[in-house]
Amino acid sequence: MKALARLWRRLPGTAKAGVIMLGVFVLIAIIGPEVTPYDPGVTTPLQAASPSSAHLLGTTQTGQDVLSQFLIGVRLTLELAFWVGVIATALSVIVGVTAAFLGGIWDEFLSLVSNVFLVIPALPLLIVLLGFLNGTSAGQGQLPVILVLSLLGWPWGARVVRAQALSIRSRDFIAAARETGERGWRIIFFDIIPNIISLIAASFVNTVLYAVGASVALAFIGLTDPNSWSLGTMLYWAQLGNALQIGAWWWYVPPGLAVALLGTALVLLNTGIDELTNPRLRDARSATKIAGRRVWPTDPTPVLGALNGRGGLAGLARPFGRKSLIDEAALARIPGGNAEKAGEL
Amino acid sequence: MQFILRRLAFYLVAAWVAITANFFIPRAMPGDAVDAILAKFPNLLPPARKALEATLGTGDQGSVWSQYVSYLNHVFHLDFGASLSNYPTPVTTIVANGVYWTLGLVGVATVIAFTLGTGLGILAGWRAGGRLDRALPAMMFLQATPYFFLALLLIQVFGITLGYFPVAGAYDGINYTPGWSWAYFTNVLDHAFLPALTIVVTSVAGWMLQMRNVMVTTVGEDYVVAAQAKGLPDRRVIFTYAARNALLPQLQGFGLALGFVVSGALVMEIVFSYPGIGYLLLNAAASKDTPLMQAIFLLITIAVLAANLLVDLVIVLFDPRVRTREAT
Repeated sequence: MKALARLWRRLPGTAKAGVIMLGVFVLIAIIGPEVTPYDPGVTTPLQAASPSSAHLLGTTQTGQDVLSQFLIGVRLTLELAFWVGVIATALSVIVGVTAAFLGGIWDEFLSLVSNVFLVIPALPLLIVLLGFLNGTSAGQGQLPVILVLSLLGWPWGARVVRAQALSIRSRDFIAAARETGERGWRIIFFDIIPNIISLIAASFVNTVLYAVGASVALAFIGLTDPNSWSLGTMLYWAQLGNALQIGAWWWYVPPGLAVALLGTALVLLNTGIDELTNPRLRDARSATKIAGRRVWPTDPTPVLGALNGRGGLAGLARPFGRKSLIDEAALARIPGGNAEKAGEL
Repeated sequence: MQFILRRLAFYLVAAWVAITANFFIPRAMPGDAVDAILAKFPNLLPPARKALEATLGTGDQGSVWSQYVSYLNHVFHLDFGASLSNYPTPVTTIVANGVYWTLGLVGVATVIAFTLGTGLGILAGWRAGGRLDRALPAMMFLQATPYFFLALLLIQVFGITLGYFPVAGAYDGINYTPGWSWAYFTNVLDHAFLPALTIVVTSVAGWMLQMRNVMVTTVGEDYVVAAQAKGLPDRRVIFTYAARNALLPQLQGFGLALGFVVSGALVMEIVFSYPGIGYLLLNAAASKDTPLMQAIFLLITIAVLAANLLVDLVIVLFDPRVRTREAT
C-alpha cells in the first residue's frame, strides 16, 4: 500500500488524470451491467426518442434503450481489451524473454518470427480473417475477436522485451545466479522478469489501447458478432439506422465519446509510465524560474551569461528571438571575454 | 552492404510468409464464395451449388500442394483470376481502379499530417512544459478518437447540417466526367476534403508526440548545448542540430506510414464510401470474394515491405552508426 502511494505521488499530473479516467470506466464496466434499466436488445414502439427521465440517453431507431446498451458496451469493450492485453502481453514476454535467454539460433528464429508478424499489416489481415469467420458459428461472441487480436498484437512487445532482457542477461547478477547453480526458469522468473516489469506494464497498456481501437473499428464495419453489444457494435447499428440523418446524437455520441476518452486515458497512462522510466522526459516538464525568467533544462546553463548589471541574467535563450544567445554587451564586461571568442568555441 | 543484404533476405522471408498465409487462410476458414451467393439467393436449388462451383472454379482442385504451386505461379504473374463478386471482371482491373484513389487521398493526407506533426513536435520538444507542450493532452484526445467517429461528426456538421462538402464517393459521377478539366478536379478536391481532414486531425498528434519525446532527449545532448554555447541563433540550433538528429526515428515511422498508405484508412474509406482499397477489401470480405481479398492483401503487404526496405536504405544513408555497426 505504501509503495503504491509513493508510486502515485511520483506520477505526473497527466498520468494521474489517466488513472482516474480509467478507474471510472472500470467502475462502469463492473457495476454497469448490474444496473441496466432495460434489456439492451429489446425493441419498443418508442422509436428514436430523445433523452427523457424514462430513457436517460434516449432510444434507438428500433426503440432500444441507449443507456442500457452503453453500460453493457463499456463492459464488453473493456473485457475484450483486457483479455487481449493479457494474452498478447503474455505471448510477447514469453517470446521476448525466451529469445533473449536462450540466444543463438533460437534468438534468430524467434526474432525473425516476431519481425515478420510486425511487418505484415494487421488491420487488413484482421478484416480477411474476420470476414471469413463472421456469420458462421465460429464467429459468435467476443472470443474469436479476442483470439485474432491477441494473435496479431504481440510482436511489438516481444521486440521491446527481448531488447531489454538481452541487456539484463549480460549483467553481473545474472552471471552470479548462474554460478551459484540457479536453474534457468528461476533466473527468468526471479531475476529477469522483475527487472522488466515497467516495460511489461507499458506494453500491456499499449496492447489494450490497440485492442480498443481495433475491436471498435472492426465492430463498426460489421465484422464482429452484431448481437454482442460492444461500443463498436452500437456505432455499427447507429450508422446502419441512419442516426446521423435523423439527428439522433444521443445514440452515436455516447459510445464514440467513451471510446475517445478511454483511449485518451490509456495514452495518458502510458506517457506517465514513459516519464517514470525516462528521467529526461520527466525533467523536461519542469521549467524553473531563475532571476524572474522561466528557464528550461534545454536552455544553456546560465554560467556564460553574466549578470546584466540589473540583477537579472543576461543571455538566455528566447525561441526565435535574438540572434545570439549570449548578451554580447554583458560578455564584453567580463574580463577576457568577447563575443567572437564565444562564437569560435 | 551486408546490412542491406540481410534486410533484403528478411523481407523475402516476410513476403513468402504473407503469400503463404494468404493461400491457407481462405482454405482453413469456414464458408466460401459459393456459400455467400447461396445465402444471398435462398431459393436456388441444391444443383446450383455444383454449377456455381464449376463456374467460379472453387470446387475440387486436386491436392493442396499442386494448388499451392499453381497459386505461386499465378502470384508471380500477377494473375489473380476473376473477381467472384463482380464476375467476370479481372481482379487486377478492380484493384487498379481503387488504388489511385487511395494513394491520392491517404498519401497526401499522410504527408500533411507528418509535416505538421513533426513541426509541432519540434517546437513542443524544444520548450517541453511550455504552452504548446501543455496542449498535448488535448491532442491525445484527438488521437484517441476513433477516426470513423470523427468522420461521422464531420459528416454531420459540415456535410448534412451546413452542406459545405459532399459526404460520399470520390466525385460526382452524374454531373462530372473524369478527365483533365478544372471542374472535375475541384469536384474531386471537394470530395476529398472531409476524409483528408479526418486523417490529418486524428494522426497529427501521434507524429507530434513521438517527435516531441525524441526531441526532448536530443536537446539534452552535449552537442546541442555546445551549439547554443557557440552563440548560434536558436533557429539554427533547433533545426540543424537538434531536430535533424531527432528526425531519424520519425523517418522510420514515416516510411511505415507510407507503406500503410496503400492499405489506406480502411474504415475511413468505408464511412465516406470512398472507392479506394479499403472499401474494396471490406466488400470483398463481406462477399467472401477470395481472389479479390487475396490480391488486395498481397498488394498491401508488398507495399508495406517495400516501404520498410526503403526506410532501411534511407537510414543507412543518413545514420553512419548503422554502417559501422555492421561489423558486430
